[in-house]
Amino acid sequence: MRMIAAALAGLILLAGAASAGPEDDRLKLLALYKRQHSDIRFEQYADGALALDPDALAQFRSIMEFPPFAGELEKGERLWKTPLRSGKTYADCLPNGGRMIAGNYPLFDNARNKVVTLEDAINDCRVANGEAAYAHGDAKTMGVLSAHVRALSDGMKMSIKVEGEGALKAFEEGKKTFYARAGQLNFSCASCHVDNVGNRLRAEVLSFAVGQATHWPVFRGGDQLVTLQQRYADCHLYMRHVPDALGGERYNNLEYFHSYLSNGLTLRANVFRR
Amino acid sequence: MRIRAIVVYCLSVYFLCGPVCAQQAAKEAPGKALVFGQAKGNCLSCHGLPGLGAELTGNAGPPLIAMQARFPDKSVLRAKIWDATASNPASFMPPFGKHGILGEEEINQVVEFVHGL
Repeated sequence: MRMIAAALAGLILLAGAASAGPEDDRLKLLALYKRQHSDIRFEQYADGALALDPDALAQFRSIMEFPPFAGELEKGERLWKTPLRSGKTYADCLPNGGRMIAGNYPLFDNARNKVVTLEDAINDCRVANGEAAYAHGDAKTMGVLSAHVRALSDGMKMSIKVEGEGALKAFEEGKKTFYARAGQLNFSCASCHVDNVGNRLRAEVLSFAVGQATHWPVFRGGDQLVTLQQRYADCHLYMRHVPDALGGERYNNLEYFHSYLSNGLTLRANVFRR
Repeated sequence: MRIRAIVVYCLSVYFLCGPVCAQQAAKEAPGKALVFGQAKGNCLSCHGLPGLGAELTGNAGPPLIAMQARFPDKSVLRAKIWDATASNPASFMPPFGKHGILGEEEINQVVEFVHGL
């Protein structure tokens, strides 16, 4: 009798595992978007709100022919080429010489039992080679350096992996943040980017959550660099919620969940946004 | 130049619709400012409003039209503005009263203005 009960419990657990989980979340969201906007192809999600606004997309393309933020990217390249105190470079330290890796981040580090973002990996290199870590929110150092590193992965497909208990827990934490209402205005990320995609707040078209993680950093209004986690903090501020410190556990877990949603889409760092 | 334009506008409003109209405008004015302004009510961020000089209105919420037909009971409209999630937990609308985004008197002013639309 006890064995039958145990077998039944096992079956129920298995069925649960098969019907839920990260891939199920991603596919369900894609199916919802397909119902909302049947004319948008999968690869267009990487264009964000521009996919829903042909005029804005045309304007974007013309600005990107001569990006007004080219000077910032040069600063990032200089930092990338500057050897660390040990004499080694970032290319010596990062996997695959730092090329075609951004789509693997954030990843879950089982040994440290936490999410590691690309910025964390850059800082790990710095610390391991005798330098102090950069502040995640410093656009002049980590910002421009991450802009260069991410551009080395342009064309790569987002391929976030969630494997193992710790990884799944971090993913679920990020998902919780994404769907939780926050701040005086009481919006969640999903209020706008799941339930109201394509609708306008004033003149701003709300974008798909899928694809949002593929194009960071962005440059606003010319050369103001904004990283993905800075954008999370800005969103929290707009919702009249106290933002977290960039690089903290909650934003890292959110970035892990959020980036997973973009799996299969092509990365393109450093884009202009209004 | 601008002052002269304002004086001309005020005079024309006064002579065109007289004291009754001016009284009604005074009653509507604070609510309208809250509905149109971005700092507090910012209703037009999500709601369309045809006419009255409304610009760059959003469309995440239903347009503010035929309000008396939709809300014969003004208190139902007030309750929606105070906390829309009470009657619809999935509502996108911020709970203006419950979260103290607007004060009670400010909500009354918004209700007065919106109910006339």
